[in-house]
Order: sequence, then C-alpha cells, then structure tokens
Amino acid sequence: MKAFRYHRPADVAEAVAVLAAEPQAAYLGGGTNLVDLMKLGVQRPDVLVDVTRLPLDTVEELPDGGLRIGATVRNSDLAAHPVVRRDYPVLARALLAAASGQLRNMATTGGNLLQRTRCVYFQDTSKACNKREPGSGCAALHGQNRDLAVLDWSEQCVATHPSDLAVALAALDTVVEVHDADGPRDVRIADLYRSPGTHPERETTLARGALITAVRLPPLPAARRSTYLKVRDRASFAFAAGSVAAVLNLDGDVVRDVRLAYGAVAHRPWRAYRAEEELRGRPFSPELAARAADAELAEARPLRHNGFKVPLTRAITVRALTELASS
Amino acid sequence: MSTGAVGRAYPRLEGAAKVTGTARYAVEYPVDGVTYGWAVPSAVVRGRITRIDTTEALASPGVLAVVHHGNAPRMAPGPQPELRLLQEPTVHYRGQYVAVVVATSLEAAREGARLVRIDYDTGPHSTVLTDDHPGLYKPDQVNPSYPTDTAEGDFDAGYAAAPVRVDVTYRTPAYHNNPMEPHATTAQWHDGRLLVHDSTQGATPVRATLAELFELPPESIRVVAEHVGGGFGSKGYAKASVVLAALAARHMDRPVKLALTRQQLFGPVGYRTPTIQRVRLAADTDGRLTAICHDAISQTSTIREFAEQTAVYTRSMYAAPHRRTTHRLVRLDVPTPFWMRAPGECPGAYALESAVDELAIAVGLDPVELRIRNDTAVDPDQGRPFTSRNLVACLREGAQRFGWAGRDPSPRAGRDGRWLIGTGVAGSSYPARARPSTATATARPDGSFLVQINATDIGTGARTAIWQVAADALGVPPERVEIRIGDSALPTAALAGGSMGTASWSWAVIRAAQALREKLRDGGPPTGEVTAEADTTEEVGGQPALPRYAYGAQFVEVRVDADTGEVRLNRMLGVFAAGRVVNPTTARSQLIGGMTMGLSMALHEEGLLDERYGDWVNHDLATYHITGCADVESIEAYWLDERDDELNPAGVKGIGEIGIVGAAAAVANAVHHATGVRIRELPIRLDKLIGISDLA
Amino acid sequence: MQGGGENATTIDERHSSRVTVEVNGASREVTLDNRTTLLDALREHLDLTGAKKGCDHGQCGSCTVLLDGRRVKSCLVFAVTVDGRSVVTVEGLAGPDELSPLQAAFIAHDAFQCGYCTPGQLCSARGMLDEVSRGWPSAVTGDLNTPAKLTDAEIRERMAGNLCRCAAYPHIVAAVRQTAASS
Repeated sequence: MKAFRYHRPADVAEAVAVLAAEPQAAYLGGGTNLVDLMKLGVQRPDVLVDVTRLPLDTVEELPDGGLRIGATVRNSDLAAHPVVRRDYPVLARALLAAASGQLRNMATTGGNLLQRTRCVYFQDTSKACNKREPGSGCAALHGQNRDLAVLDWSEQCVATHPSDLAVALAALDTVVEVHDADGPRDVRIADLYRSPGTHPERETTLARGALITAVRLPPLPAARRSTYLKVRDRASFAFAAGSVAAVLNLDGDVVRDVRLAYGAVAHRPWRAYRAEEELRGRPFSPELAARAADAELAEARPLRHNGFKVPLTRAITVRALTELASS
Repeated sequence: MSTGAVGRAYPRLEGAAKVTGTARYAVEYPVDGVTYGWAVPSAVVRGRITRIDTTEALASPGVLAVVHHGNAPRMAPGPQPELRLLQEPTVHYRGQYVAVVVATSLEAAREGARLVRIDYDTGPHSTVLTDDHPGLYKPDQVNPSYPTDTAEGDFDAGYAAAPVRVDVTYRTPAYHNNPMEPHATTAQWHDGRLLVHDSTQGATPVRATLAELFELPPESIRVVAEHVGGGFGSKGYAKASVVLAALAARHMDRPVKLALTRQQLFGPVGYRTPTIQRVRLAADTDGRLTAICHDAISQTSTIREFAEQTAVYTRSMYAAPHRRTTHRLVRLDVPTPFWMRAPGECPGAYALESAVDELAIAVGLDPVELRIRNDTAVDPDQGRPFTSRNLVACLREGAQRFGWAGRDPSPRAGRDGRWLIGTGVAGSSYPARARPSTATATARPDGSFLVQINATDIGTGARTAIWQVAADALGVPPERVEIRIGDSALPTAALAGGSMGTASWSWAVIRAAQALREKLRDGGPPTGEVTAEADTTEEVGGQPALPRYAYGAQFVEVRVDADTGEVRLNRMLGVFAAGRVVNPTTARSQLIGGMTMGLSMALHEEGLLDERYGDWVNHDLATYHITGCADVESIEAYWLDERDDELNPAGVKGIGEIGIVGAAAAVANAVHHATGVRIRELPIRLDKLIGISDLA
Repeated sequence: MQGGGENATTIDERHSSRVTVEVNGASREVTLDNRTTLLDALREHLDLTGAKKGCDHGQCGSCTVLLDGRRVKSCLVFAVTVDGRSVVTVEGLAGPDELSPLQAAFIAHDAFQCGYCTPGQLCSARGMLDEVSRGWPSAVTGDLNTPAKLTDAEIRERMAGNLCRCAAYPHIVAAVRQTAASS
C-alpha cells in the first residue's frame, strides 16, 4: 500500500475541492472495499479524504412522501430505520442480505453504490484486467467466470456489480444526489452506471471527484409490497449467485405496477424493464412471471461457467413475484 | 489409584486466556527491535529468475532489506526440497516464495514487497489434473508408507460375474486447510542460537528441520508453540514461514516477525490434492459385496512426491473376496500437496461411501443394512482380526438416534413446502496409531506435580486431556498437577497429527508418572523435587502390528430448494467408537468440527485453478467459501463406550480426523435422496442442481 | 503510554498522524503511519494482541472490535479515522475481577477450540446482542416491523460474519443464547 495523506474535510465543498486538486485522491467512507483494494494494490491513492464525519448521516422523510438517505448513513442503520422497514422492505431486505453485521455497521450508502466488482482477476494485480489496467486484457472472459456476467458484458470485461443495495435502489427509481466541481446535481440511478463496453475502467457516469451526498427515494406506496430475494452459495455472508428486487402492485389480479431489478448478472444493477413491460396490465400468474423473465433474459450470453445464472434468475423472478402476489 | 479425572468434562485449561485475549500466538510476543518480514511470491509458474531489482523497494521508507536467492544466508539441503527457499533462482510453481522484504513496519514491508521487480525466463507448464494425463505414474508407496496397489482374489472376474454392479467416478477439487491463524513465525538469533515462536503442530519436528537447514545442533534451537490457531495438517511440518523468518532474521541480525497473508496460504503451505476416483462395486442380490475396486488419481509437485493414500480406506472398510486398489500420480507444476485432515481417508471415504449408497439403491437394500451385511471382524487387508470394530454398533445407534427407521428410500420422497428433504448415511473409519514420545513428571515438596511434554494444543484440547491423564496416572487430584506443553525445550514428543497426539503423549506421560510413583515409593516423601522421565520409543516400536481403527456412522438430513437448487443442512448426527474418551467436552467439539469440515467439503469448498496462471484464483475467504455459522443448524456427536486393551495405556483411538471421514458422502447421499440427482463432483452447489427446478 | 517507536519515525509527517483514541476505557495517544489499520495499531503499537488477524480483508471476523459500541472489522479501519473515538477489544470485555457472562458462557459451552477466532466472536456477539436489544432486524427476520426474537436461526445469521475453521458454531450459538437469556 502506498503511503497516503489523510484529510478530514469540514464540509462537502472542501471535500470536493481536495479531490479536484489532487489527481490521485479518493473518498474514504466505510472502507470495507477501498481499504481491501488498497491492501491488494488495486487502488493506490495519494490522499484519502475521509467523508464519514460530514453531516451526511441522516435519513429524512420528505414532504412528498419520499425519503432522503444521507450518503454516510451506515447500511445497518438504514436497514433498521422504521420507515425503510415499513415502506421499502425491498431496501431493508437487500441491505440485510449483504455482507455481515460488522461490515453493515461500517459500509455507507454512498460507498456501497460505488463498490468495485469482486471479480477475482480484478482483485489480483498479477492478472490481466482491463478494468484495473486498461488494455491489459480480460483474464476472466476465458477464465474462472462462474460468478460473472451473463448480460451486457463485453469482450473487454465480464465483471458484475456486487452490491445488493444498488439492486434495490435500481428497482425503486432512486435519485442519486451528487456534488462535483460544478456543484450539486441529481442523477437518476438508471443513469449512474455504465455498461462495460470498451471502457470497463469507467464504471459510473460521475465526473472524477464527484461525491455522492445522498440518495432520494421517490414516494412509492406500492413498495410496501416489495421484497429482495438473494441466492447464495452458503447460507449467509456471501455475494449473490443471483438476486432479484421486486415491487408489485396488483389491481385485483392485474399487474398495475411492477419494478424488477437483478443482481449478479451484469456490470450494473440490472433493471428488468422488458420483464416489467411484459407484466404490466396483464393478469398475474406464475406463468406470466416466467414469460417476463424469459423476455428479459433472452439476450443473456452465459460464459463457460455461469450458465446456471439464467435459469436461476428466472426461478427467483417467478418466486419473488408469486410471493408478492399472494401476500 | 485413579482419581477419575479421565472421562470428566473439564473446561479447557487455557479457556480464560483465550476468551480474554491474553493467550499469545506466534507473532504476538513483544520483542525488542523487531522487524517485519513480508514474503514475495513468484508471479510465474515455472522458470528461472533472471534479475531481481530491489532499488525501488529499498528506497521505500522503512524498508531495511530484500532477502532473496542472491543474498540470503545459505542453508543445507534439508529434508524437504520446498523448504530450501531463497537458495536458487529456479521457480517450481506459482506462488513459491522468492524473496522476503524486511521493514520496520508491516505497512512498509507490504509496500516494499510490491516494489520488488523480478524478471523471469519461463517455460511451459502443466497444472491441471486429468485422468488421461501423459505424466501419470505409479509411485513406490503412498503417504505415509502404504503399498501403492493391493490386490486379492480376481477382481475382474469377480466383478464380471456379479449380478449387481456399480461403476462410478467421483471427483474432488483442491481443498485448502485455511486454519484461522495463518502460518506465522517470530524468529530471533542470539549468539548463534535460534529462538522461534512458530504456529506449528509440532515444535519438535520444526526444531529438527531447522537444525538440518541451518546446520546447528538441535540444542541451539528452541521452538515455542504455546497457542496455535489451528492447522488441520497444514502446520504438521516446518513450513515456509518459519524458514523465511529464520533466514531473514539471520540476514538482518535482528528479530523478524513474518506472517503469511491469507492469500499466500493457498498452495505453498500444502493443500489437499484434487482426486479422480473410480470405484467399482459388485454384489450379490442380497447386497453382499463380492468385488471392490478403487482406482485413485491425484497430483504431486515436480519437487517432491506426496502421494495421497486415497484408496487405503477401501482396503479395510468392507469385506469382499475380490479386491483391488490402485494409486496413480502426476507430477504437475504446482505446490506440493500435503496433509489436510484425514489425508487419504477423507477423499477416499467420500468416494467409497457414495458408491456404497449407489450400490444399496441398485440392490434395493437400505444403505444402513447393506453396510451391516458387509461388516467384517477380520481386516480384509491384513487378514488379522481388528482389535475392536464397532462400525455396526455405530450404525445401529446412529440410526436409532437419528430416526432412520421407516425411511422411504425413493428419491424425492420428502417434501416440506418448497424444500425437498433427503437423508443419507455413511460409514467412517480412521486408523488408531501412536508415535514415540518422552515426558517427565516431577513431584514437588509442596505436594504438587509438574508434567512436561512437548505436545501441541492446536485447539484439540490436548493440554487439558494430558493433564487429566497425568492426574489419574499420578493418582492425585488434577488441581495438584501443572502441565507444560508447546515448547521444544520440553521433552520431545510426537506432533499433533494423524489423530495420534493423545495416544502418543498420554503413553509417555503415564509411563513417566508410573516411574515417578516408583521413585517416590522407594524414597518416601520428597524433601526436594523428584523427577522421573519416560521414553516410549521401545514400547511403541515393539507393539504388534494389529489392525487398530476407530469407526463411526454419519447421518445427514438436507433440504434442497426445489426452485433454486440451494442445499442446506437440516441436521447431522454422528456416532463414533474411538476407544476411551478422555474429555467429553473437547471430544465433542473435535468431532463436530470434523463433521462440519466434511459438510464444508460437500457443499462449499473448491480451489479454482486457472491453468493459464497456474494458481488458485479464489485465494481468499470471500471467494473460497468455508462453512459458516448460518450453515450449521443442528449437529450432534455421540460415542460408544469402547474398551480396547490393544491400543495404548490410555486406551484412546484419536478423534481429530474421523469426524470428517464419510461426512461428505453422507451429505451427498442425502442430496441424492432429496433430489434424485447424483452429483459425483464436489462441491454440490446450486449450479449443479438448478436443473431440478420447475421455475428455472 | 507506549507505542509509535521506530515505526513512527520511518514515515514522514505528511503520511502519518497523531491519533488519540480511548481503548478499553483508557486514553491512548500514538503517532501512526496513516496506512496503519486499527487492527495493526492495537497489535503492533498498543500491545493488545487479542484482536486477531485471520484474513486482513474483512472476510473472517477474527479482528472484530467494538468501535463506539458497534462491532466492526478492525482490519478494514484505518486507525487515523478513529481519532477521538472509543474502542473496546476482547481485553476490555471482562470486569476487573471476573469474566463477563459472555466469556464465561464461551468457556462453559466450549465455544472455541484453537481460540484464534474467539476474540472476534466475543466482540461480535457483544455487539450483536446490543443490536438485538435495539430491535434491529436480520436477513432471517420474518416481520420487519416487529422486533426480532432471538431464535437460534437469528443468532446463526447474525454471527455469520465470524468464521471458525474449528467449527465451534453450535457451541457459539449456545453460549450466545444463554448469555442473551440471562441478561
């Protein structure tokens, strides 16, 4: 790990200013991913700007019925928040399904959204990875790729986004509040993440030095009937083999509104718009859910070791929606 | 005579030290002027270092030195080639330690290690085990000294003639021991003498190895291993950490602490070889075995032969007139495989006990009953009666406790909502052995006693068990006995391995105690200290070669998610016959620990090797899954009251390993019962079962 | 007050920091390389070797300590970030004269073998029980809107961040269950 300077800014503007002035600076949140990657030599900042003591640690109910969640709210606090538990169970469930109790006490909302892939080739500086070292190649494409993408990958990168939280937030049409050199602005979560394409080193659309200050959940009464299903290789403390965030609003048995997002299948949390389209306006049935999943997964291109993710994602789509429909 | 300490459930003697954090492990002793070593692994599989550029590393703040083959102190060849580290530019496998950076802090050492630039000439490599590898050969013997192949009767004819046959091949991946404490050492040289605090299963063998490597009399070396954070075989011998730390400390003339990183444990400290095992079983229509053949393939390295004794389990477990076992090996460009909890028996029992289950289905016989029908009082391998064999009793008691009776054998017979429920059974056995040891017993004028032996407590409860044995042997309440272990300055003793620690150590302790009582009887009450010593070398060596085995039966209930293929353990129950149990508390912990590691093998663990890089890419605990707390819902271990006078003075058989033997087969058999799908390649993960899902 | 030592002198001022932290009730002040994790600060600078280094990447839980009362993995916390905060390690769990009920229960249930993961298990259990008393749900909590009852399934899930290769898990669960029931 390279020696680094440590900076604790007094406010957001100062934090952003330091990042703007330092070419190799990074924000430090909970550290659960950044410290890990610094030890591995994957990230080598000269300066760490510790944002955890900025006043971004509150959850605020908005007049429109939505919720603003400060970027440094810890995952465990967010999962335990009574409004989140009541109004956005998909969010609470996604948080609780992630990592471990200790890590949830550390990890921040903003940091969670920006965590890096757990692709083993990315994490090992002795192996080829375009995301870590552009132009070096993708060792995962023809390597051990069981955990990697089936949708929207490129020859340059087959990584998946590891976050559970981001999958739930994608389903909830969250707005991400960011602050960069040009000041504050809103980014729709659908616009936050990039496909890997030819530049997998660029994971988000944020400008360098942008700081996530909060995420804003729009009011969504339908989200009271929502859930997050995560399938893991061991019972707990593991990244997803597959996951689905689902919100379902039925009018009688007709699907009035539905939000679906998948984890563990792509470079970004995967909002399943096609599946939603298939479902909306039709009488719900497990068969319909299966057809919807098929529509979404039609373009899946499994790699050598991860073909199971397609039927698995189909299965958990059907289960999640069927459970919601009967709840 | 006995005070009844043996058999009582004493809490661990070091319990308070361990729960208050005051128990010190290998790199936790305060040492003046200590420096920190960081191992640098090779980034190539096979080749030769052409240049090491240490400029940048040495310029990094806090870095004191880079020790490598060009400047390291010389060592004698020593007993194991992979310990001849930093002596030559040749690289035999990826991850081989090729340099050590020494620095004033851990942070500086880590960064220094990253800055060492190494150029290599590389050659082609082969790192993947296959059943048609051109390099397959027949080793002269298998670990530790079993014949490579055995044959009795005429297997081919017996097999061909049988009405029921099973011919199946099982595969197991590489397994990595992963004790929670990484291999770690503090090394200090003082006036030509070497003191190391090492995380090892045996300070005596480590001292012997260091003496050879550094060409010193053993008396000049002291190895302390008071508390050891697990080993499971991987610390059964001197490993890279102690050699590198001692080399670096000598080079620096300063103390060095060196702990391998978690990532660095995946390979170079040993691992369980992958196996490919073909098992053929033939039986008559009553389920009586007529022919058994077990052909095992595993790998070793190019620098040393380690031949896992995979098929040895099959030689003595069940009887049949026609039997054959074979072992074949391939030398690959990989680190040398080594011991991992029940080497041989563990993977071998997975295959045999799975095949027996398949045979039971083919015959249409309950798998418990089929095992009972094929029991034997005479060791099929040695042709002599077992000193005791309570496999059937374990099966019967286990079946009763588990509620096996009335089981519907049809696959997919059990269902609970979305969960498919299945049960499975397997047998277990493990040899009961002992090794020579020495011990002393001292009577003090205040009425207390001191017993000393260089045993090692790697978490087994050895310290407490020996203390109990010593108290009974001395005929005094245990409160009056002090026990010292974990230091090569103490009387030399066998390592903690092979499930023979308690047998070996208690033997020497009992003899020392008897000798002391003899002395005291002669001389009346002591005015000063009176010490007696014992050496069991002759007695252990003179023991007749009889088939001595512990046995067990393992029962498992799993549930499999019918939608996703996820497998979860409902319950696991083992009954064992392992001689006398010295301490029920620590014995139960060891048995359930072994069973859980078998569960982990069945469902979770898999070293994923990337042939292009020649290493295991999932080399951490986030990607190499071991069973966690949430995976173990119910696990129980019981034992029979077993007396066997042909074992050793304490009457123990050893329990460190038998818990893992057969456990994975019981899980796999239960998964088959639940789903109708027979997975013959571990681990059994959802990707292999997703095909059962109606939703997928 | 000890600590720092040679370590602190090898790195320049820009890359090091003076850190004041309360550890097990006592204020400690030490100059540290900014790269020093809380775990390494405890082990190498404050002679508190109770917290263990099992993986150094937050994947095993052996390094768990309580930071401002909450359980965290100290291997992923830079010590410089805890300036002014309070840390409790396994060395701080016991009372002056006797073990805490949790520690006593670990011994009584033989909730460890090699003992290397134990300090982390204990700190994790301590923090977890506080989380339960605050009504926090877990992944296995059925109804998110009512406080979870501490069933064995809840204990197993909540302790899943602490690996134990000796696999003392059922005994850990029993020790935690007993401690929770008697408090």
